Amino acid sequence: MSPGKHWLDQPNNIKLLWRGFLLVLALTVVAEFAVRLHPHFEIEGLFGFHALYGFVACALMIVVAKGLGLFLKRPDSFYAEDGRDE
Amino acid sequence: MSDTLILHPALILIAGALLLPLLRGTARNVAVLLAPTLALIALWLMPEGRVWEVSWLDYQLAPLAVDKLSRLFSTIFALMAFAGGLYALRQESRLEIPAAFLYAGAAIGVALAGDLVTVFVFWEVMAVGSTLVLWSANTKTAWSASLRYAMVHLAGGVILFAGVTGHLLATGDAAFTRMQPDSVAHWLILIGFLINAGAPPISAWLPDAYPEASWSGTVFLSAFTTKTAVYVLIRGFPGTEILIWIGLFMVFYGIVYALLENDMRRILTYSIVNQVGFMIAGIGIGTEMALNGASAHAFTHIIYKALLLMSAGAVLAATGRRKCSELGGLFHSMPLTTICGIIGALAISSFPLTSGFISKSMISQAAADGHLQTVWLLLAAASAGVFLHAGIKFPWFVFFQKDSGLRPADPPASMRWAMILFAFLCISLGVWPEPLYALLPYAVDYVPYTAAHVLTQLQLLLFSGLAFFVMLDYLKRTPTITLDVDWSWRKAGPAAARGVAAIWRRLSKALSEFLSAKVTSISDLVARHRKPGGLLLRSWPTGNMALWVMVMLLAYLVFYYVGNGNGNA
Repeated sequence: MSPGKHWLDQPNNIKLLWRGFLLVLALTVVAEFAVRLHPHFEIEGLFGFHALYGFVACALMIVVAKGLGLFLKRPDSFYAEDGRDE
Repeated sequence: MSDTLILHPALILIAGALLLPLLRGTARNVAVLLAPTLALIALWLMPEGRVWEVSWLDYQLAPLAVDKLSRLFSTIFALMAFAGGLYALRQESRLEIPAAFLYAGAAIGVALAGDLVTVFVFWEVMAVGSTLVLWSANTKTAWSASLRYAMVHLAGGVILFAGVTGHLLATGDAAFTRMQPDSVAHWLILIGFLINAGAPPISAWLPDAYPEASWSGTVFLSAFTTKTAVYVLIRGFPGTEILIWIGLFMVFYGIVYALLENDMRRILTYSIVNQVGFMIAGIGIGTEMALNGASAHAFTHIIYKALLLMSAGAVLAATGRRKCSELGGLFHSMPLTTICGIIGALAISSFPLTSGFISKSMISQAAADGHLQTVWLLLAAASAGVFLHAGIKFPWFVFFQKDSGLRPADPPASMRWAMILFAFLCISLGVWPEPLYALLPYAVDYVPYTAAHVLTQLQLLLFSGLAFFVMLDYLKRTPTITLDVDWSWRKAGPAAARGVAAIWRRLSKALSEFLSAKVTSISDLVARHRKPGGLLLRSWPTGNMALWVMVMLLAYLVFYYVGNGNGNA
């Protein structure tokens, strides 16, 4: 590591972090074999349900936000234009 | 009686607020930390029950009534006043801390009120205190935001007042107990409460006003108004089903708007609406588990949201910037702020071993216990969304992402210690939840740490983290704002008013031109007839006169018969 440069600035370390993150993701799913879940609802008992649900729900929310943004986004000087409201 | 009056925790804090402007230097700093501490001690020395009762008109009021629920909320309000005061010690505005203590004292006053009249009085003091906190930012934007803020809260106060008055007239009882939304008065009370909770349709006052306060002001603002609303809803309207759906709407509204937002503190204020949504949904479910969950979540939320806003405030104070698109890479020079911000972010996301995990999960558990599958699924999706919009987005764009080249140092000691205190509480409540559980209004029959719960929560959160980084291109910050309902009173309302005024001006001009022409012609006519030989100055024949008198007498006769006929019928 060159002096003055944080270890988080090194591309190699970022790659390592990504690999570690993916490994942890895989582990949390695989661990379902070892841990007995107590599903309250049928759907909860599906293998890897929470992982899939978390991902899909977030992807959906991002897409919805993006779509809504097409209609509702304005430049951040929008309210400043009438001059009374800097 | 008089000694209990002096020891009212709310009045201690408010007295502190009034004394502070007289003090300077160390004495003032000590007083800032002492006032909330004394309030906390007074609170815990208080026995349960209606400690102080007075008669007012025909009503029995209890300005000081203590039970577990009110003690829980008063405790966190006092704690918040302490940490906020510590954080704001170096605030240059001399108005801000006194205003914040007035605000916090009033919040405690609401929590300890045993009757609706006292609730209303402190409710209004809160509106005044919070508006003063906004003013002390002393900027033009804060000033105009504070006017909009005050307008919404004064309107909310009027609605609440109407409801309380109606309730008093109908029942003759001022006591603040459980109500049903079964009359106009109770609906008005419910609406008044919900306005302060940031519920739709006028939630926009919150992200409009809060981010305009000073670097320390927003920390205070985040804590009291919405959580007092949660408190009064828990006491007044538990199990009101519509609250479930209002809460779920708030949860997703907060996420979507926070995802679109560029201002770091506005992201966090949208996330207040989101978090309060969880609590409101819990109140709507209304079981003991759900109400415990809502209370616990309010307690932990105040701590981690304040922590998040403290770290954002430290960034704002050091850089003067608040837009994500202008920040980034601050972890290089602000390690402590980064770590505290991340702890707050993990806690709001309910990561295991943080305070959010042991509080929010009780609300989901209550939904599962009640077999409310749709509600449960939506709450789970929302939990994932919290990690997305606040848990990763805030620390990522402020402290990491691209390097903005900014190298500000960590903040001064008073701010650092306030952050460390709340970061410590976020972790310790997560690791050791029993003390908090013991304070909850109902006995807790819930174990947060089971292998299944930890595992499913980790799956949910980590995979939403994956979604964030996979879809990062969609989340790129743009220098934009997103229209909210405040557009209706900032743009549409004024534009409509201007339009109506313009139409009115044109109409009245046309009308006055038309009328003045008419008047001129009539006055010409009159003038003509007042000349010799005109209608008014010539002599009239007597027969004419007699004819008109006869017509009038006939008309009189007709009216007499018509009137009499009706009277007899």
